[in-house]
Amino acid sequence: MPWATRGLRVVTTGYPHTPDDYGGSFRAAVSPLPGARWEPDMAQVCPTGAITEHDGVPRLDHGRCIVCGRCVRRFPRAFRSDAAVETAALLRDALVVPPLRETDEALARVRAALARRVRRLRRSVHIRHVDAGSDGTEEWEIAALLNPVYDVHRLGIFFTASPRHADILLVTGAGSAGMLRPLRITVEATAAPFVVVACGTDAISGGLLGRGYATRGGVSEELAVDVWIPGSPPSPFSILHGLLLALGRFPKGGPA
Amino acid sequence: MSAAVRIEPLDTPEALVAIVAARVAEGARLAALFVAGSSRRPMLTAAVAARAELALLTAPLEAAAYPALSPLVPAAAYYERAIHDLHGIAASGVVLNPLILPLPEGAERPRPGSGSSPAPVEPDEHTLPVHVTGEGTFTLPYGPVRSGVFETIEYLVENAGEEILHLWVRPFYKHRGVAKAFEHRTIDDGVLLAERVEGVASVAHAVAYCHAVETAAGIEVPQQGAWLRVLYAELERAANHLDVIVRLCEAAGLAVANARFAWHKERVLRLLAALTGSRFGRATVVPGGVAGAPQLAPSDAARRIGELAAAVSADVIELMRTESFLDRLWGTGVVTPEEARAHGALGPVGRGSAVAEDVRRTRAYGAYAWGAAPEPRLHHDGDAHARLRVRVGELEDALALASQAVDEARAGRGGVRVEVPEGVSGRACGWAEAPHGEVLYFIGLEDGRIHDCYPRSASFHNLPLLPAAFKGDVLTDFAFIEASFGLSPAGVVV
Ligand code: SF4
Repeated sequence: MPWATRGLRVVTTGYPHTPDDYGGSFRAAVSPLPGARWEPDMAQVCPTGAITEHDGVPRLDHGRCIVCGRCVRRFPRAFRSDAAVETAALLRDALVVPPLRETDEALARVRAALARRVRRLRRSVHIRHVDAGSDGTEEWEIAALLNPVYDVHRLGIFFTASPRHADILLVTGAGSAGMLRPLRITVEATAAPFVVVACGTDAISGGLLGRGYATRGGVSEELAVDVWIPGSPPSPFSILHGLLLALGRFPKGGPA
Repeated sequence: MSAAVRIEPLDTPEALVAIVAARVAEGARLAALFVAGSSRRPMLTAAVAARAELALLTAPLEAAAYPALSPLVPAAAYYERAIHDLHGIAASGVVLNPLILPLPEGAERPRPGSGSSPAPVEPDEHTLPVHVTGEGTFTLPYGPVRSGVFETIEYLVENAGEEILHLWVRPFYKHRGVAKAFEHRTIDDGVLLAERVEGVASVAHAVAYCHAVETAAGIEVPQQGAWLRVLYAELERAANHLDVIVRLCEAAGLAVANARFAWHKERVLRLLAALTGSRFGRATVVPGGVAGAPQLAPSDAARRIGELAAAVSADVIELMRTESFLDRLWGTGVVTPEEARAHGALGPVGRGSAVAEDVRRTRAYGAYAWGAAPEPRLHHDGDAHARLRVRVGELEDALALASQAVDEARAGRGGVRVEVPEGVSGRACGWAEAPHGEVLYFIGLEDGRIHDCYPRSASFHNLPLLPAAFKGDVLTDFAFIEASFGLSPAGVVV
């Protein structure tokens, strides 16, 4: 059996228990630098309207950012690329930097409520993926979680074909009109309690497509989203971070 | 480059249909049929490819109908359905079942290119035909929400016992209105959207879009930039071909091979990320060239490509010796060379059925025009096995070419980018050979902004060949046939 002898001479990542070098080697997000001052051209440089002004400083919404890096190239002293892969959040507002309002208290409440719902998911967790109008890249990055590098089975995470057995709905895409009904049917078929994860900037806000005649600006009007994973697409590490956040396996609860 | 495109304005759709049919009868291939934008009147546009030339025939549409082309050129059928879905303009004399946007009779159509601002649509499944099946046959729906991590698409599989009698494809679920979404954007924003038309071929779509813009602007990408585009495009091709191999191994339950090829694919994406900052090479190809020099030293890039090529090739040799696996592919999902030629099949689907079309050679663009394009990997059997052999051959070629591109880019002159002049106007067409085959972009620019844009993916063009490939295949062949086509639903329902 030649394949059996070949095996897998590859190293599975130790993430999240130990940091992964590769995880920090590409552009996972873009953020305003502390002390950055607002300039009127900043709004124009962003293709998705992710950058707005707030008390004389630029504010960046990761939920709209497609990580094109254009703001960094144009205003290198105001924005920087961020390699940290832990980009997911439990509150939509927490994706905005600097924050819209004090999110700490709300975050604590949300986390406690989520913890009650996922309490029974100690060992193994089943995920149902639904594509609600993605560009196809999110599916590659989700599928990568099964490759030997990320190998999420080691964390007790599995994908399931049946919504009845799903603990997590992992939803991608800008909310295409044609998927609204299938999405509703999937939600109705899923046994409560379950957690909804919006995977990717498209799922959060519609991304570059935003709202159009055929897209609903993401899936959050259709579904009560619990975890938000920005990125266009988010990398497998960011998706994994979002899933672990959903399961309360990250004590600190993600980025500010 | 623009010399390869010839514009032929005609007075009526009748003339257009007659000329296209005559050219196809002489051996040309229908590359696209669509309605191009003009605020005043829609123009029926056909792209006809013959050897090194792409002819664009246009005719004003004065009525809500035009004579159908598909009875003469069957490859036009899905285009006619898409035109009806988007514009409400009908090809007369044929049945136009909804394909990419099922809307009830009389509903407002989005009409991309017309300057309209359509209200949100509600796709209506009741407008789709009900497939009545005979005694002893069943229709199984696969999708739209599918088991496993797949893009949304629905297949209705009519079968009698094990044998598949017919397949219907319903891709409309993820229609996102992308053509309309291009309108009014700046040239620079447009490329970011092109990357999201069919995300797994971000680089190819960006190159095709930029090629159109550069043609309209009359600029030429400098050497170094042109070679870097080849580098990223070939790595993208490698990743996509590996993805197909992974899915075939998965269908066969070949766990170790599956894991190993998935790891190779991951390595390609990591290399792209190291070079460009994005695992899909996004925000890298820009009008005029590429955004910047690679973030990885050429010597490191060359070393990593070399290691990858060696590792991939060892596993490919083993895979192509694994009889139990190849057994599932031999004679499975056959597209005959005649069918492929008549349809103008693109990419590996075409090359697996002896159709040599590859725009890196037939209408060579960028650095491919400098002798870089590899010989087409042609096979004649037209089955899933032939398509696999095309892909493993191209995988080897892609990595070799990526390695050459690293060297050439290092030596190349002229920088990575030229400025696009401000306020470009005009109409132009651009293309690229994506991993799935020829991608076309037809754009109209007005004062530096996009007036209209019609992207045509190879996934869309090849789609009708998928149902045609089920010839006595059984249910357990389904996953192999689907994977061997390697279509991206996002690219299908633009
Ligand atoms: S990276 Fe691009 S999308 Fe994100 S904020 Fe900057 S300009 Fe906007």
